[in-house]
Amino acid sequence: MRSAGERRARLRAAGLTLPLVAFVGVTFVAPLVSMLVRSVYDPVVADALPETVALLDDWDGMSVPEDVVFEAAARELLVAQEERTIGQIAGRVNRVQGGLRSVLVVSARRLRDAPGDAWRDTMVEINPAWEEIETWHALRTAGERYTTRHYLAAVDLTRLPDGSVVRQTPDRRIYVPLFTRTLAVSLGVTLLCLMLGYPLAHLIAHSPPRRSAILLALVLVPFWTSLLVRTTSWIVLLQNQGVINDLLVAAGFVSDDARLALIYNMTGTFVAMTHVLLPFMVLPLYSVMRTIPRSHMSAAASLGAGPAQAFWRVYWPQSLPGVGAGSLLVFILAIGYYITPALVGGSTGQLISNMVAYHMQTSLNWGLASALGGVILVCVTGLYILYDRVAGGGRIGVT
Amino acid sequence: MAEAGGIGGIGRLGRVAYLGYCVGVLVFLIAPILVILPLSFNAEPYFTFTEGMLRFDPEAWSLRWYREVVTDDAWTGALANSLVIGTAATALATLLGTLAALGLSSPHMPARRLVMGFLISPLVTPVIIAAAGMFFFYTRLGLGQTHLGLILAHAVLGAPFVVITVTATLAGYNRNMTRAAASLGAGPVRTFRSVQLPLIAPGVISGALFAFATSFDEVVVVLFLAGVEQRTIPRQMWAGIRENISPAILAVAAFLIVFALCLLWTVAWLRKRSSASG
Repeated sequence: MRSAGERRARLRAAGLTLPLVAFVGVTFVAPLVSMLVRSVYDPVVADALPETVALLDDWDGMSVPEDVVFEAAARELLVAQEERTIGQIAGRVNRVQGGLRSVLVVSARRLRDAPGDAWRDTMVEINPAWEEIETWHALRTAGERYTTRHYLAAVDLTRLPDGSVVRQTPDRRIYVPLFTRTLAVSLGVTLLCLMLGYPLAHLIAHSPPRRSAILLALVLVPFWTSLLVRTTSWIVLLQNQGVINDLLVAAGFVSDDARLALIYNMTGTFVAMTHVLLPFMVLPLYSVMRTIPRSHMSAAASLGAGPAQAFWRVYWPQSLPGVGAGSLLVFILAIGYYITPALVGGSTGQLISNMVAYHMQTSLNWGLASALGGVILVCVTGLYILYDRVAGGGRIGVT
Repeated sequence: MAEAGGIGGIGRLGRVAYLGYCVGVLVFLIAPILVILPLSFNAEPYFTFTEGMLRFDPEAWSLRWYREVVTDDAWTGALANSLVIGTAATALATLLGTLAALGLSSPHMPARRLVMGFLISPLVTPVIIAAAGMFFFYTRLGLGQTHLGLILAHAVLGAPFVVITVTATLAGYNRNMTRAAASLGAGPVRTFRSVQLPLIAPGVISGALFAFATSFDEVVVVLFLAGVEQRTIPRQMWAGIRENISPAILAVAAFLIVFALCLLWTVAWLRKRSSASG
């Protein structure tokens, strides 16, 4: 039984966190939830063509629908034309099956001047696509209010008219290779950061206090420097007429007309990402290594272990929590990386986040953007839970 | 035993290699940032050192790009936006974050780990995904292309830093001080103001600096939420890199590097002060 005083203390503590909990809920979590809803819920077509969609629900899908469906579609397309929603509808149907945008837009426009009967003949005359089963299947799919098609598309799957789910044809598989590339790049960057960061963190952790502070400051300078500044730096260094190419040419390693392509490709993404994420590896490593007593290595040496053996059997195992925390942190940050690949990745150095931005801003396929975001979110959340286990209660290496 | 602990017995050559490797890594970390500083004084519109610059010919060095930045309304307007949004977002993040940290540090806090995870979530979620969600949600609330929308978004991205730094300061806090103040007749508000606040002040300030730096450097949310009226410094740099590449961005970058050094120095000083008093 808790005392009244303790209950009050619990309430007060919870009450102090409440404003921020509510704030994070409204300004951050609610937007994420609204995005996840958007990835499975799309009412535009169902709202605009209600009767058509309802009729297609009962359609057997084996032959061209009956005349009533044509009539409903024609009337509702005319309404959509008047209400100027036809563009949105056509865009969505077009995503299910390419080429249908103009079929819908043109049909809606020309139906205005059509005689008010024999809709079927009129529509087929406007565009023979109306006589194809695939057109109606696309309309039915686009009319689903709750849909898994965005998630299917996000993992390169598609549903056939008979309802079975199959992989896209090889030339249309985009996202799985991109997810694979993102994971591979993240893994590569993590390993590179570990190789570069481990000895450096070791040096910082076991130097005398003054030197250690200076070395740590040198790691923190890039950490505090604007991401855009660091990206700009790499453009300055790596571009065709940039500092590194100039040096290589001046030194005679590379001829002036064969300058190396170091940026606007995967190399650029890799180098710049490693630079940006390296401090996130060094800091957790350093904070763990600092706690490893020097005496352990001396003890191993006095017991006859060579330096390599002492390192592998005594030092390395003790530094593993830092290795785990740093690697997971770098990996998590790398998976969601957007700015650096967008600025220095060119066309071959793009990662999955860039595809989210592309569908948000250019193709305006927000359902697919949301589904891709949902997949990334699940990956990152899983890794974060793992990180929390490794590094312990919410500590992030940002000190 | 050699200075660097574990590598002691590995011999002179190994030690030189090890130090050389570390120096190489440090050069990789620092050199790209330093290279911006001299280049920002280039008299020519190039992103590399001209021959004149290498000969230290005074003609080849100039303040041309700094002048261009200072007199360009796009840049000065962006600076004003960055300062307004950054300050307001920092104030909000610091207030809410400090309150939450006080609650989280109480021994009576229920479901501490869960709440902490929830409050830290903006820090670990890829910004592009947060930005996409915010674009849908804020636009529907009429907050798209407004300063307020950006302030709220940046506040929620900055608040986790305040929570982390303040809870870290409070971890060393002796609860008996609160009880002592209470037994001397101080109410909770008075206790907070005259006992707790001075002790956690360094944590609050470094958290606030983190929050401000986050907002001052944030570009993804700005890309999604801001209109022309809300262009910030990073947004303007983004445009400078992607669209009309001009060495003016090197001048801005040099300014931001100096700004980062000031922030770093302040946070280091605060931490020293905090560990000295605690």
